Amino acid sequence: MSQLDTHLNSLSAEQFEQIGADFDAIRRRVINDLGERDATYIRTVVKRQRQFEVAGRVMMMVPPTWPLGIASLGLSKILDNMEIGHNVMHGQYDWMGDPSLNSRNFDWDSADTADNWKATHNFEHHTYTNVVDRDHDIGYGLLRMSEDQPWEPRFLLNLPLTALLHVFFQHLVAVQNLKLEDYLIYGTKSREQVSEEFKPVWKKMKKQLAKDYVFFPLIAGPLAPMVFLGNAGANLIRNVWACSVIFNGHFPEDVEQFDESVIENETRGQWYVRQLLGSANFEGSKLMHLMSGNLSYQIEHHLFPDIPACRYAELAPQVQAICARNDLPYHSGPFWKQALSTWKRIAKLSLPGRRKTSPAKAKRETVSHTELPLAA
Amino acid sequence: MLSRSAPSQRGFFGQALQAAFNSQLMHRLTYPHGPNRFIELFDPTAISDETVGTISAIEHPTERSVRVHIRPNSRWEGFLAGQYVELAVEIDGRRQRRMFSPAQSQHAGGTLEFTMAVNPDGVLTRHLKSAARVGDRVILGTAAGEFHLPRVRPEQLVLISAGSGITPVLSMLRTLVDERYLGTVHFIHYCRSADDALYAPLLARLETALPGLRIHTIHTRSGGAHFNAEQLQSLVPSYSRAQTFVCGPAALLDATRNLFAEQAISGRLHQEAFALAQASADDSAEGELRFQRSGLQATNNGTTLLEQAEAAGLTPEFGCRMGVCFACSCTKTSGRVRDLRTGELSGDGEQDIQICVSAPVGSVSLDI
Repeated sequence: MSQLDTHLNSLSAEQFEQIGADFDAIRRRVINDLGERDATYIRTVVKRQRQFEVAGRVMMMVPPTWPLGIASLGLSKILDNMEIGHNVMHGQYDWMGDPSLNSRNFDWDSADTADNWKATHNFEHHTYTNVVDRDHDIGYGLLRMSEDQPWEPRFLLNLPLTALLHVFFQHLVAVQNLKLEDYLIYGTKSREQVSEEFKPVWKKMKKQLAKDYVFFPLIAGPLAPMVFLGNAGANLIRNVWACSVIFNGHFPEDVEQFDESVIENETRGQWYVRQLLGSANFEGSKLMHLMSGNLSYQIEHHLFPDIPACRYAELAPQVQAICARNDLPYHSGPFWKQALSTWKRIAKLSLPGRRKTSPAKAKRETVSHTELPLAA
Repeated sequence: MLSRSAPSQRGFFGQALQAAFNSQLMHRLTYPHGPNRFIELFDPTAISDETVGTISAIEHPTERSVRVHIRPNSRWEGFLAGQYVELAVEIDGRRQRRMFSPAQSQHAGGTLEFTMAVNPDGVLTRHLKSAARVGDRVILGTAAGEFHLPRVRPEQLVLISAGSGITPVLSMLRTLVDERYLGTVHFIHYCRSADDALYAPLLARLETALPGLRIHTIHTRSGGAHFNAEQLQSLVPSYSRAQTFVCGPAALLDATRNLFAEQAISGRLHQEAFALAQASADDSAEGELRFQRSGLQATNNGTTLLEQAEAAGLTPEFGCRMGVCFACSCTKTSGRVRDLRTGELSGDGEQDIQICVSAPVGSVSLDI
């Protein structure tokens, strides 16, 4: 990717330093303010999640309330994975000192192990956000999500594979760490290696499968098939929703992707700006924000991954102010608009094609009388 | 087997319910959170992975002290008189943990009694004094400490304490009273004045509780002298033949330690410190680093704890090495560190830190 194609090159070293200080200041203010209000919030969300889970399991076994059971259980899984699990494992509530909300102990209702998730997400994805060839979330090894990923015939299946990813999100994320494409497509990984890495994944996966597809159905006796199907429905709801939210966060077309060279000697200010440029928000009601685990504020989450997500709404205006001051984009839009843009990208990239002009380059070409300073 | 205070019993139905909830099947159905996270929806004290207590009463023996009675759940296993227990209370969203010694007899069932002096800079004691309410939740640790009565009670005992250090030795005294102890026990307590006495009415009642008991209360601000050899000699002429237990501030511990060393009877002296941690705000790269679990030590050179741990040959987990991913999060058990991202200095107590962005300021102990 050309170094000229990104907003990263529209700022001077001084600007980066100021931006870094500004974001650091926001962070410091929030961290000093954390207290009872945040503790009460997460405890309440956890309580509701457990209540929805118990209610869902019970209603699932009674034919008239079966559809409600699916909704309730699906809701509980969404809350557990997104507002609770993802956020707790980011260390957002470690300051509380409560072992049940500590990033080192927490495990979530998903086939993915906590350790694998923390390695792929907290470390890889958040450190190398949107850097092609380093951020595995760009495509998951399954899809072509960047113009800088060389086209292969298998990417003609981008659209149906994305649908598949949505449907089986829980289990495909669980094996993300294994980087199966290296074994199945590129031959850089042996069957033995995959087998070895799969062992801890299977250890958890089988317990998750047993819970939803063996034990709960068994308890229901003759109604086992109904419970089996209902649990599959609840998992499907969570899978499709979680995948959609996550895709909206980094794949709308105006979100930037970066070349590996940008992380060499990256300053704190540059890191902040890369997080900003590589993420997108979507708008919605308070319920929408809660259901998305506040990943509707993907930008704020990427700037401050270890700050409790319930705080992102109040930080958004401050972040927007910094963007306005520095003439940086703040990617946001209605959920459907971000989703449509994402699917457009998926469709376009399934075909081989020339690299499109990035927003920064387009801007430069239209404002020809102004010389933008290159990054130092 | 040294006897401990009886744990609170659940009825038969309660025990059966608890067994059902913790069964294999329940674990499978509640995977991965486990039954406890659901049990606490119905009864927050019925969980089996933490010893939960509820505050059942709060008293104010003096202006600068507070007495808290805590009813533990059935997981409480009791204590030996003189031992301490870690209490954790959530204050403003954060769990604050401190050690305190139960003051009642180890044979007394029911609630645990804690009396503490309020530290004007302390978070927990100030909270217990003014903000805590009956019904509040407290997490209890396991009773610990080597400072307790020997299994075979010695024939002669001297129990010395100052201020809030009275609690462990008072526990010992009340235990001996329950056991109808037939030996000699001298209970020597120093406090500033009658107004500062934490247990005056109780001590008055205990005067006649045992044939061999003598209680001496010394008010240091109204003419009573601080501990000294002559004083001890006059109160307990035969102290060199007794087992002596001392709890109080550093000055008292030093004085008793020196006297017993001079008399070559150090083996008969047992001590427990009740001092406030000294904080060092010094910025120069000084102090020792202790990596507790691996038993390693190193001299602090001011670089991050992650770097210094690696230099010492350890391989702690890490990820981004810039404070974003929390892979390197560990427990600092004591000492202060500076967050290299913000410049902020931490407190000197136990807390989780990201070692890749934390530089020690003075001596630090890390649980790795």
